[in-house]
Parts: sequence; structure tokens; C-alpha cells
Amino acid sequence: MNTSIRAVGWLVAFAVVVAGAVPWFLWGNSQLIGGLPLWLWWHIGWMIVATIVFAAFTRHGWDRYLGVADA
Amino acid sequence: MPESALLAGGLPAAMAGVELLVVVGYLLVALLVGLVAYRLTGAGAEDYYLASRSLGTLVLLFTTFATLLSAFTFFAGPNLAYRQGPEWILVMGTMDGILFAVLWYLIGYKQWLIGQRHGYMTLPEMLGDRFGSTRLRGLVAGVSLFWLFPYVMLQQMGAGEALVGLTDGAVPYWGGAALITVFMILYVGLAGMRGVAWTDTIQGLFMLSVIWIAVAWVLSAIGGPAVAAAGLETNNPTFLALGSSFYTPQYIISTAVVIAFAGLETNNPTFLALGSSFYTPQYIISTAVVIAFGVTMFPQINQRFFVANSAAVLKRSFTLWPVLVLLLFVPAFLLGTWAAGLGISVPEGANVLPVLLGEYTPAWFAALVIAGAMAAMMSSSDSMLLSGSSYFTRDLYRPFVEPSVTADREAWLARGGVVAFATATFLASLTRPGTLIQVGSTAFGGFAQLALPVMVALYWANTTRVGMVAGIAGSQLLYLSHVFLPATPVDIGGATISLFARTYGGWDVALAGMVLGAALTIGVSWLTTAGTDEAAERFAVGAD
Repeated sequence: MNTSIRAVGWLVAFAVVVAGAVPWFLWGNSQLIGGLPLWLWWHIGWMIVATIVFAAFTRHGWDRYLGVADA
Repeated sequence: MPESALLAGGLPAAMAGVELLVVVGYLLVALLVGLVAYRLTGAGAEDYYLASRSLGTLVLLFTTFATLLSAFTFFAGPNLAYRQGPEWILVMGTMDGILFAVLWYLIGYKQWLIGQRHGYMTLPEMLGDRFGSTRLRGLVAGVSLFWLFPYVMLQQMGAGEALVGLTDGAVPYWGGAALITVFMILYVGLAGMRGVAWTDTIQGLFMLSVIWIAVAWVLSAIGGPAVAAAGLETNNPTFLALGSSFYTPQYIISTAVVIAFAGLETNNPTFLALGSSFYTPQYIISTAVVIAFGVTMFPQINQRFFVANSAAVLKRSFTLWPVLVLLLFVPAFLLGTWAAGLGISVPEGANVLPVLLGEYTPAWFAALVIAGAMAAMMSSSDSMLLSGSSYFTRDLYRPFVEPSVTADREAWLARGGVVAFATATFLASLTRPGTLIQVGSTAFGGFAQLALPVMVALYWANTTRVGMVAGIAGSQLLYLSHVFLPATPVDIGGATISLFARTYGGWDVALAGMVLGAALTIGVSWLTTAGTDEAAERFAVGAD
């Protein structure tokens, strides 16, 4: 894959991970599911998504962007 | 002592002996761990400050995590959730779980790579060497110690007050603060980073376990009677048998959670809705960004960027970060929220978590949670003592007072630094000076001002010494003026704006300081040329 496309891909992925941690689209929503607010479930799920993205980054991107050769 | 009774959350005085035993037992365990670590500690400063850059994933993860946690996790955080709603979970997750993890890579991994090559032990040392400037080194160390000192003092005050509350005044405030300080001096002084990291790991695991046990205990205490009541309604007592196909553990827990929230749904339907006049988007974003960047520049966190034994350790910690944050803060803040739903009333000046636990769990368990809070305070302050002392001896004392100090002597100076730093903050905590408390409570914003100039320096080879000094001094001045000068209303184009207020339109002024710091660093660097003693290649980490 083209290196710069790959870099932009990671940048977008991280931007999405950061922006989605707070479910802005649920602003003012007070729906409860299983006793907890819907927005809290979103956040819990999102943090797990973040962990998956972070894990993928450590495998495929980590060393590439600080000038260290990807061995 | 009504005040101390409030701090203990109204725990019965009869339990004071048991509670003191819990705390002292815990302190002794920490000391013992320090002694074991001491036997493994070598003579040099690198081993003392950085455990010879040898920490593995579990220890690095937990020592950083425990260091991040302060009394906020157990006291102020649940209080906020109780009064304002559980949205702080989002702030915490965004800030510590995601933004900090990204900075862990961008700042932490880069610093680790540079530190491996050139043997740096502190951030001021790294910057001073790169820019060929002892003055820049002194400036960064000075700014850091300015914000750190009162923050350590706040932790000692918190520990002193917690002990007063725990023992119902039997241990006076100064005695509590002194006890904690002496124990910390002993194990930090003896064992350095290795001792601190090991005790932090125990403290982190302890806090995590205690908070989940608290959740389980409170939920079963609420859920048990609720299920019993539901069972009676069916007029079939045999349904009460535990473990029937209907009353599964899931059913009991969800019933308990529903009951904990039921009060809120009727009395305060907007409490659980996302957002409020308190939790505005500006507040959530400002707080998450300022604290996440500020945390990376706290000496005790920043120094941990140098101590991993391999890149794999940094990678694993980075990945596990969001999950760890979720595991600790969701239960801590939900307990505060449930207390609101259950109609727990918290006396003025008391903390909600001890009150809630006092209501639903035995007193010894509530004491254990307070011990957990003290663990949080101690694990933060021991690391701050160690790092503060390293900034003081390596970046101020050695370059400016005694440049020709030997490695062995430096290791002893470091221990002297720990004693001096701890004693000074302890003495200051006795007088509880208002100005220092204000500095301590605004420390995150102060440290956040350092982050962007440092990031510019790490990634832009054309950064100059003059640019760094301008960026750091300019942003600090802007922020300090807003912390200390009184807000002054001024008319600008017909609209009245409150100048020197802490927020503008709901946005924290620390954000403006950060932008100014980055702009000054880049702008002034662009306009100036680097001196011959500036060594940009020091920050290059390309494969060689």
C-alpha cells in the first residue's frame, strides 16, 4: 500500500477514535438500557474499539512514523 | 470533632482502631516492598531515578496508572458524579484513555527512543542538551517545580485529613501528614524508582479490586431486598430460593441498577441525559485536552517515558490504556451517581463514596476504601517526590551550583533531595497557604503549557533555543496572569468581556495558552537561526 495513503489512513482512524469517545449525536439523550444510560454504553463500546485500533497500530504503524525502521 | 467525623463519612468511632490498623498495615507493606527493592538497587543515579530503564509492561502500566490517580478517583470524582451526573466518565475516558494514549506514543515513545540513545534521565536535561542551553534546562525545571511543589503539598494535606477523619481525630492533622511523609521518605529514599514502581503496582491493583468489590457489595445490598420484595408480590415464597432460573445474578444486578436509578428518573429526569449546564461541550473538550496534555509534562509521568525496558512494553501499555481507564473510572463514578439515585444525603464538606459505603457495607470495608484513596494519594506523591528531586538535583543544583559532582555523590544528593523536597512540602502543608493551594489546583493547566513547545522541539528540527524560551515563557505568563489577576470586565466593540477570567465563552484559558506557546515556538524559531551549540540531530531517531 502507498505509504502516504497509509499514513493518512492512520491519521483519520485516530481522529475518529478521539472524536467519537464522546457520543455527541446523543446530546441530551437520557434513554436507559439495562439501567445504564445509552450514551455510557456507547462510550464503553467505543473504548473497546479504541483498544482494537491501538492494537492494530502497534502491529502495523508504530515504528513507521518516528523514523525507526519497521523491522 | 464534627469536621473529622464528616471526613470519615460518619464512620463510628469504635471502628477507628481497626481502621488505623488497616492503614498502618498498608504503610508497612509499602515499606517492606521498598526494602526488597533497595536490596536490588545499584549505586548510580540512573538506577535510582530510572530503575536502570528496566521496567516491564505490568509494572510500567500500573506505576503510570497509579501515579495518575489521586484523591480525585475516590473523593472528588464520585462527588462530581453525585452532584452533576456521570458525564465525567466521558471526560476521563477521552482524556486518560484516548488522548493520553496518543500522547504516550507521540511524546512518550519519541522521548524513550531519544533517551535510549543519549542516556537522558529528565525532560529538562534532554531539552538543555539538544538546545545547548543550561538556562533552558533551568527554565523547564523551574517551571515544573513551581507547579509540582504545591501539588505534592495538596496530596499530603489530603492524606492528613483522611487520617483525621478515619481515626475520628485521634491522629491530628499534622500527625497524619507527617506519618505519610516519613513513610514515603523511607521507601522513596531507600529504593528510588524501583521501590516506587513496585509499590505503585500493588497500590494500583489494590484500588482496582477495592472499587469493584464496592460495586458488587452495594448492588447486592440494594438488589437483595428488591428481589425479595418482588418475590413476595407473587405470593410464592419458594421463588425466593437463590439461583432459580428466574432470579439469576444478572436479574439481581439489573434490578439493583434500575432501583439505584429509579429515584433519579422521577425526581431529576435530566440528570442522566448527556450534557447539562455544567457539562457543556466546551467544558468536556477543554478539560479533557488540558489535563491530557498537562499530564504528559508532570515530572513523575514524563520521567516514566524513559524507564521501559523495550519498545514492546510501551506498545502493550498503549494498547491496554483505554481498557484500564474504563475498568477503574466507570465503577467509581457510577457509585457516585447511584448514591444520587438512592437519595443518599451527603453532609456539607463530606465525600459521597464513604457515606454510600457506610450505608450499604460494613465499616471495615469503608475503611479499606479510604485506605485505597490514601494509596492513590501516596502513589502519586512518592513518584512526584522522586521526580521533583531529580529535577532539582540534576537540572538546578548540579548545573548551577556544583557542576563537577561524581555519580556516586549524585545518587546521595538525590536522596537528600527527596528528604528536602518532602520536608519542604510537608512544612508548607501545615500552614495551608491559600496561594499555594490555588497553584496546586491549577497545576494541570500550568503543565499543559509546556507540552506543545516540547512537541514542536521533538518533531521539528528547525526549532531554536530562542523559540523554545519564547514559547515556554510566553504561554506561562499568559496562564499565570489568568490564574492570579482578578477578572476585569472590559468593553470591546459594545460587548463586555471579562478579561483575566479562567474561561472565555466556556473555553478554558489554558487552551489559549497552549496555542500561544505553539505559535511562539514555531514563529520565533522561524525568525531566528540556531546557535552553533544547538544539536538538532540529538532528537533524530532514524535507523542508523
